[in-house]
Amino acid sequence: PTAPMSAAPAYGEDKGGSAGPGEPEYGHDPASGGIFSSDYKRHDDLKEMLDTNKDSLKLEAMKRIVAMIARGKNASDLFPAVVKNVACKNIEVKKLVYVYLVRYAEEQQDLALLSISTFQRGLKDPNQLIRASALRVLSSIRVPIIVPIMMLAIKEAASDMSPYVRKTAAHAIPKLYSLDSDQKDQLIEVIEKLLADKTTLVAGSVVMAFEEVCPERIDLIHKNYRKLCNLLIDVEEWGQVVIISMLTRYARTQFLSPTQNESLLEENPEKAFYGSEEDEAKGAGSEEAAASTLPARKPYVMDPDHRLLLRNTKPLLQSRSAAVVMAVAQLYFHLAPKAEVGVIAKALVRLLRSHSEVQYVVLQNVATMSIKRRGMFEPYLKSFYIRSTDPTQIKILKLEVLTNLANETNIPTVLREFQTYIRSMDKDFVAATIQAIGRCATNIGRVRDTCLNGLVQLLSNRDELVVAESVVVIKKLLQMQPAQHGEIIKHLAKLTDNIQVPMARASILWLIGEYCEHVPRIAPDVLRKMAKSFTAEEDIVKLQIINLAAKLYLTNSKQTKLLTQYVLSLAKYDQNYDIRDRARFTRQLIVPSEQGGALSRHAKKLFLAPKPAPVLESSFKDRDHFQLGSLSHLLNAKATGYQELPDWPEEAPDPSVRNVEEEDLSLIETHVGLLGEYTEVPEWTKCSNREKRKEKEKPFYSDSEGESGPTESADSDPESESESGSKSSSDSGSEESSSESDNEDEDEDEEKGRGSESEQSEEEGEKRKTKKRKKVPEGQGEGSSSDEGSDSSSGSSESEVTSESEEEQVEPAARRRKTPPSSKSAPAAKEISLLDLEDFTAPSVQPVSPPTVVSSSLAADLEGLTLTDSALVPSLLSPVSSVGRQELLHRVAGEGLAVDYAFSRQPFSGDPHMVSVHIYFSNNSDNPIKGLRVGTPKLPAGISIQEFPEIESLAPGESATAVMGINFCDSTQAANFQLCTQNRQFYVSIQPPVGELMAPVFMSENEFKKEQGKLMGMNEITEKLTLPDSCRSDHVVVQKVTATANLGRVPCGTANEYRFAGRTLTSGSLVLLTLDARPAGAAQLTVNSEKMVIGTMLVKDVTQALTQ
Amino acid sequence: MIHSLFLINCSGDIFLEKHWKSVVSQSVCDYFFEAQEKAADVENVPPVISTPHHYLISIYRDKLFFVSVIQTEVPPLFVIEFLHRVADTFQVGSSNVGDTLPTGQLSNIPWRRAGVKYTNNEAYFDVVEEIDAIIDKSGSTVFAEIQGVIDACIKLSGMPDLSLSFMNPRLLDDVSFHPCIRFKRWESERVLSFIPPDGNFRLISYRVSSQNLVAIPVYVKHNISFKENSSCGRFDITIGPKQNMGKTIEGITVTVHMPKVVLNMNLTPTQGSYTFDPVTKVLTWDVGKITPQKLPSLKGLVNLQSGAPKPEENPSLNIQFKIQQLAISGLKVNRLDMYGEKYKPFKGVKYVTKAGKFQVRT
Repeated sequence: PTAPMSAAPAYGEDKGGSAGPGEPEYGHDPASGGIFSSDYKRHDDLKEMLDTNKDSLKLEAMKRIVAMIARGKNASDLFPAVVKNVACKNIEVKKLVYVYLVRYAEEQQDLALLSISTFQRGLKDPNQLIRASALRVLSSIRVPIIVPIMMLAIKEAASDMSPYVRKTAAHAIPKLYSLDSDQKDQLIEVIEKLLADKTTLVAGSVVMAFEEVCPERIDLIHKNYRKLCNLLIDVEEWGQVVIISMLTRYARTQFLSPTQNESLLEENPEKAFYGSEEDEAKGAGSEEAAASTLPARKPYVMDPDHRLLLRNTKPLLQSRSAAVVMAVAQLYFHLAPKAEVGVIAKALVRLLRSHSEVQYVVLQNVATMSIKRRGMFEPYLKSFYIRSTDPTQIKILKLEVLTNLANETNIPTVLREFQTYIRSMDKDFVAATIQAIGRCATNIGRVRDTCLNGLVQLLSNRDELVVAESVVVIKKLLQMQPAQHGEIIKHLAKLTDNIQVPMARASILWLIGEYCEHVPRIAPDVLRKMAKSFTAEEDIVKLQIINLAAKLYLTNSKQTKLLTQYVLSLAKYDQNYDIRDRARFTRQLIVPSEQGGALSRHAKKLFLAPKPAPVLESSFKDRDHFQLGSLSHLLNAKATGYQELPDWPEEAPDPSVRNVEEEDLSLIETHVGLLGEYTEVPEWTKCSNREKRKEKEKPFYSDSEGESGPTESADSDPESESESGSKSSSDSGSEESSSESDNEDEDEDEEKGRGSESEQSEEEGEKRKTKKRKKVPEGQGEGSSSDEGSDSSSGSSESEVTSESEEEQVEPAARRRKTPPSSKSAPAAKEISLLDLEDFTAPSVQPVSPPTVVSSSLAADLEGLTLTDSALVPSLLSPVSSVGRQELLHRVAGEGLAVDYAFSRQPFSGDPHMVSVHIYFSNNSDNPIKGLRVGTPKLPAGISIQEFPEIESLAPGESATAVMGINFCDSTQAANFQLCTQNRQFYVSIQPPVGELMAPVFMSENEFKKEQGKLMGMNEITEKLTLPDSCRSDHVVVQKVTATANLGRVPCGTANEYRFAGRTLTSGSLVLLTLDARPAGAAQLTVNSEKMVIGTMLVKDVTQALTQ
Repeated sequence: MIHSLFLINCSGDIFLEKHWKSVVSQSVCDYFFEAQEKAADVENVPPVISTPHHYLISIYRDKLFFVSVIQTEVPPLFVIEFLHRVADTFQVGSSNVGDTLPTGQLSNIPWRRAGVKYTNNEAYFDVVEEIDAIIDKSGSTVFAEIQGVIDACIKLSGMPDLSLSFMNPRLLDDVSFHPCIRFKRWESERVLSFIPPDGNFRLISYRVSSQNLVAIPVYVKHNISFKENSSCGRFDITIGPKQNMGKTIEGITVTVHMPKVVLNMNLTPTQGSYTFDPVTKVLTWDVGKITPQKLPSLKGLVNLQSGAPKPEENPSLNIQFKIQQLAISGLKVNRLDMYGEKYKPFKGVKYVTKAGKFQVRT
């Protein structure tokens, strides 16, 4: 009730201040138009709605704000108004606030820090969904200062009892890594731990993290390899894609190439079917090579683990997800023996029925595969036939595949199909078809003439583009056997009168020049015509005219000498310098001159040397050095972050690295936490939980044990007839039998694995764990075991302070001491402070009727009069070494008024949550300064100021001191306000060092240890440092620490250990600092506080102070 | 993986954006617009575009572009599949911010929420088969196959465990499954065994291979010709039933992309109505039902741009049709059993055959 009232003004005042740039227009906001559309009024209605107590209004406001974000409108000025709703109880509102925070936290880091404590609390919520969402948002806030908090939260969540939370932890890993790559080593530890997780829910996510953070650490996979293979089918689709892709790379480093045993198939007539012409030629060579090395090597036997991977991925070819099918297809392409790769064709062809984008990607991959393994797609030739309704880019890819698949047998069908395509209305497609015909003609000798004739017929096509493309292709084909085609060249020569496409004209001219001896009569005439039109031609044509002229000059100078000279003269004055250069160069070469005859003697050889025919080959050739299905393969260029597909090893690495002891399998959940303490999984203690969990972990596909036996063998039935086509069913006997025996072995393995994973042993494991758990020393932080706290009362006395379930337990002693749930808004804290009055420093001081000037000594005196003992102690223990004075206003800027400030470290009378700041004024001007006071402050959310009483007049040369209080709300945000005199205003700002946000408390060593025990895990921040020589005496250490932070020293029995304690002013959270100085300067600094931001910053500041 | 997502409408407005990592400026979409301009029509925008700092992977669905921004290597299909799933949810949910957000309850089964309750427990299955075919000029089949799906609408309380069996499961040549289906049961017994998601979903898709002769239910007689040196041509098509298994063929439409030089068409249908759009040059004939007594035909003249050469190409005809109560492959559901729950559900199976990509070359 009081809370919103006192909070409202603070936010209200903020309205004008933080209005950012950006368009004022959004949604259906009535305030956006009309007279109130100034920045100042912007979003006022939304702010009001957010400030109300009604969840429905808040929700409506948040919906509109999130809609603005989604439309890319700037909603950043609403940050303060939104962020305070982060603690809203309404889950719908909360979710939308999270969406907002994730979007703007990066821009408003200081404000975002205010919300951190909410997430920290959320991380300990008994509800797994809330824990997960807290972690998700925390890890999505890209604020570097919370990196240590994120790290701790991830570590903690990685051992959460809920697999859903562990999955979220895995998702958070890449986010943290991208924020701070220095965390890599620690993150790898977490990844390693999560890789050992047995649940399908976690598997995909952790492998994703692995791929982003440490894809090179293939060694982390060994122990988890078999588990991943076995879980695969039950993992969600996205996870499957990532795991399969990673395992492909893994297999390439750990197993031997299965193509080694290809020699066994040598006699097999099937061979021709699978290998293309070139393939066979190559294959034969490599087989010979293999054969020569083979005797030394034992015959290839596939590693059972390799077989396991192939067998367990195969069913996924029937996934509904195109991405999964593609992933399995590439795995088979890169890892399976040639005879088995065929199974993927059918699934890939199925994907051609999908969305056009899917077709696009699949066809690219099929194009690459069909070059290497033509045989497997041949049965599906017709599935690549093109419809007039296909988009052009799909047509062209299908054409590519059809061309790759064309061979001696099917070429008539393919050509007939191509004929239909040539009549298409889509001219780009027609052009591609002509090129495809050219490629078929080059590849398949038998149809070369047919193709050439067909192309020549196209020369009379009405469409110029068709003709032009044909000319270009014909030119290439003619180069292969020019002698027989004088007629075609003549035909082409006639075309120069009609055809205008530059590339085609250039091609014709080149052909005539190159084979001028076949058309001796026509060539000079063509040159004559070209000389006439030279100036009007395109550059590319001009170059070929020069070329033609030169060649004719060399072979038939009698007829063409003058023409050539004419052309060269025209070219000499061309606008294009390439052409001018070419003309000059050509003239020097062909026309003998007095000086340099050396080159021109060889001119004929230079111009008319026999030239190799161009090779028409697919642009997809050799693209399979990229992992198929990858972005890099699609782009045919290495994309950022691409992991090379390694070559098969020569020798297989030790396969035993993948052996897992059975015990390990059943005990996966038990482990020593990363922080050194036992982070238990307490759910086992609760019966209902356990049952639920078991249900969850039960894989869905692999039904009951009884069934798995027979189905397994059905599954491993090597490429049943129906699948790899009737032709391959008669595989060579040796292959068959060897693979069968393989399978048997595996079945055994399978059985073993299954046994170890069976529920029974799992249960045993659980029992063992429960036993083990009991041995856990009490007092060791129990991680996030809030659930446990609520159901097993035995271990609850030591449970954490913040867990909400804890609050229900009535334990008076603990309750009294308990720090209130950290809250960012002052009013809430205030409410609690009413209950815990005695814990706080000197709240009883009545506002002293303001003395105009309070000297620091007077303040101290006053304090002494009203002290309760808790306030007395700190002043005794901590040297009131108020941090040195700092400048607030320079006298030049202040026109003679100089103002300094210092943190006095005395309790601020009137409000215990305020930091007391002494302000020192001095008048350096010649005139008295009148009416010194604080003007309207513009403060960030939660921060409030208690102004000092107005100083009526300050005579020239005089000084005065005043005390003001600032509630920084436990953050290091600056308090900005105005200093006003009668006629001037100065903007000033005070930013507190983190050490000033707390006040000392007294406690005994035992109390200290007890409190410290409660603030372990995420609340503990540790830093190792080396103390310089100058900083090794007790006195110096204490002095430095207390100078940095307003903490009180706690007595300590051990030498070389220093303890300090304090409470943050606003929320009263404990801050415990321990410095463990060992000999030779090594030291460890530990801060325990539930305010992790403060803890983190404090560690930084103290470390800096000590090591300077 | 995916950095950001932009939704762009036909007129090029970016009307929705979502950033999973740091915010990427909308200006990255300029590369997409550039590619779009180059591509001339929406279908030909390359799904993957490489820009200096990012990769853009996009899909086009329902007149919207979903453009995702990628920074590092990722399987393109992973992204494309994801974008299509996003597009699917857009189709289902109508408004951008619903009144209630999904609660995200954790159920033991990822695809089914816990505590489903219905007063009427029903399970419906639609067996939908589409014939993809290319018929050549002479009427013979160049290529034909059947693409089938079984869509389910399941409204059953609790955690029902269903088994769907077929009379002739061997027909199904190539099947892809919803993740709920137990693969091994299918492998060993050819029975679809699953705990269904709640509501509508696609249970399986399958293909009946082209080895089995695919029945083609309609034939088209066509005579399309353009005279040399004349500004007109003739257009004459007739549709008749072929292997229709005694069922009525209905909902027939013929769509033809005419050559660019066609100015207009003056046609007379014996049944149904036709439209010709002179801008896109698309002729659409809404035929309706075939009555064998009088076969529907569309005849008339084609006006060509005067002076332009006669088109070389003949347009191909795209045919749509529908046959109720028939799965053209002959697939038949045998029975549906339910385990795990006590009530008796109402069960139903519907069959329908449609033309898929059914094209007649002329």
